[in-house]
Amino acid sequence: MSAVATDTDTVVIDYLLHLGDNALVLAQRNSQWCGVGPVLEEDLALTNQTLDLLGQARLLYQEAARLMGGEATEDTLAYFRDAPAFRNYVLLELPASLPRVGYAQGDMDWGVTLARNFLYSALMVPLWEALQHSAHAPLAAIAAKSLKEARYHLRHASEWVVRLGDGTDTSHARMQAAFDHLMPYTQEFWTDSALERAAVDAGVGVAVMTLKPAWEATVSDTLQAATLRRPAAEGYVPQGKHGLHSEHLSYLLAEMQCVARAHPGAVW
Amino acid sequence: MNAPACAITPSGADTLARVRAALEALTDPEIPVVTLAEMGILRDVRRAVDDPAQVEVVITPTYSGCPAMAQIADDIHATLQRLGVPGRVVTQLAPAWTTDWMTAAARDKLRAYGIAPPGRCGTEAAAPGERIVRFVPRTPEPIACPRCGSSNTREVSHFGSTACKALWQCLDCCEPFDHFKPH
Repeated sequence: MSAVATDTDTVVIDYLLHLGDNALVLAQRNSQWCGVGPVLEEDLALTNQTLDLLGQARLLYQEAARLMGGEATEDTLAYFRDAPAFRNYVLLELPASLPRVGYAQGDMDWGVTLARNFLYSALMVPLWEALQHSAHAPLAAIAAKSLKEARYHLRHASEWVVRLGDGTDTSHARMQAAFDHLMPYTQEFWTDSALERAAVDAGVGVAVMTLKPAWEATVSDTLQAATLRRPAAEGYVPQGKHGLHSEHLSYLLAEMQCVARAHPGAVW
Repeated sequence: MNAPACAITPSGADTLARVRAALEALTDPEIPVVTLAEMGILRDVRRAVDDPAQVEVVITPTYSGCPAMAQIADDIHATLQRLGVPGRVVTQLAPAWTTDWMTAAARDKLRAYGIAPPGRCGTEAAAPGERIVRFVPRTPEPIACPRCGSSNTREVSHFGSTACKALWQCLDCCEPFDHFKPH
C-alpha cells in the first residue's frame, strides 16, 4: 500500500490508534506479571488476556497502517512512536502498584492489577458491542472479535474484585486502596476529545458518554457484591487521549521499544 | 465454504480441488488431532480476483492474539509450494470465528484427545450482557470429563494452556483436563 491517507482516513487512523494504544499499553503493563503471577493458574490467566490485548492492538495497528500507507506497519506504530504520540488512557500506563511504592517488580500489587483490568474491561465490553456497528467495516470486524475476549476479561477481573473485596480484612483493605487509587483516573473515559468527536461524526466511533450508564451499573453492582465502598472519581483529570501522559509511559515504552530501536528491521 | 469468487477454467478447477484436498489435511499446530477445516479456521480456497493465476487461502483467527496463526500461515505456504501452486494467505475477521463452526467429528476427536469439547455458544455462563458476579462459576450444562465421562467436574481456571481452553478437574477420577471454551 502506498496510497496517501485522506482526511477521512486520518479520522479513522487516529481513532484506531487510540484503541490500539489502549490495548498495547495495558498488554505491556500486564505482561510484567508473566512468570511471577501469584499462582500458576493466574499467571496463565493474565498471560492469556495479555495475548488477547496484544492481538487486538495488532489488528488495530495493521488497519491503521494500511490506511496510512507509505512505510507504516504495525511495528512502526508500536515501536517507533514516542510517548506524546500515544493516545491511551493514563489509567492503563500506571504501574501495577499503589502510589509512592517503588518501581521494583516485587512491589507489584495484584489488587491494583485486577481493579484496573476490571475498570477497563467494564468499559470495553459495551464499547466493543457498540463498535460492531461502526461505519468502518474493518473496525466493526475487530470489535466483534474483541468483544468475546473482553467478556472473559471482565468476568475474570470481576471475580477477583469480589473475591478480594469480600475476603479477609487485609485483602479487603488492599482492594479498597486499589480502587481509591485508580477511580479518579476513570474520569478520562468520559472527557471530550477531538479524535473521538471526529470519529463519532464520521459514524466510525462511539460517543462514549452513551456507555456511561452501563459502566456505572457494572462498577456499582460489582463493588457492592465485593463489600467495597465506591470512591469518588474527582480531582485531576488525565489527558492521555490528548497525548499528555504520566511519567510512567516513557519508561514502559523504553522497555518495550529498546530492542526494536537498537536493531531496526531485525527479524528472527 | 463459499464457491470460488470468479469463473475458472477446467484445469483451474482441478488445481483448486487439489489445493483444497491438500489443505484440508493440515492440522491445528496446537491440537494436532483436528484439522484446520474441522476447526473452522480454514474458511475458503479460491482464485484471487485480482490475479487468477494465484490461489487465495482464507483463514480466520480463533482469538485475536492466537500465536498459532503465523504457524498456520507458514504451513499453508509450505503446502502451496509443495504443490507448485502460486498463492497467498488472506486473514478474514468477519464474521468472527465461533466454536459453533467446529464439526461434530472435531468434537469427538477433541474428547478422545483429552479435551472436553465446547457446548453451543450461550449455553454456559457469561451470556451476553451478563454482569452478575458470583464466587463459583455457574455451568448450566455440566462439562463431562473426557477420561471417565463423569459430570462431577469443576472449573479450576477460566484460562488454560492456550487462549481457547479453560482448565478443569474431574472430581470423580481426580484428573485435570482442558475444556475448549465455547466462544
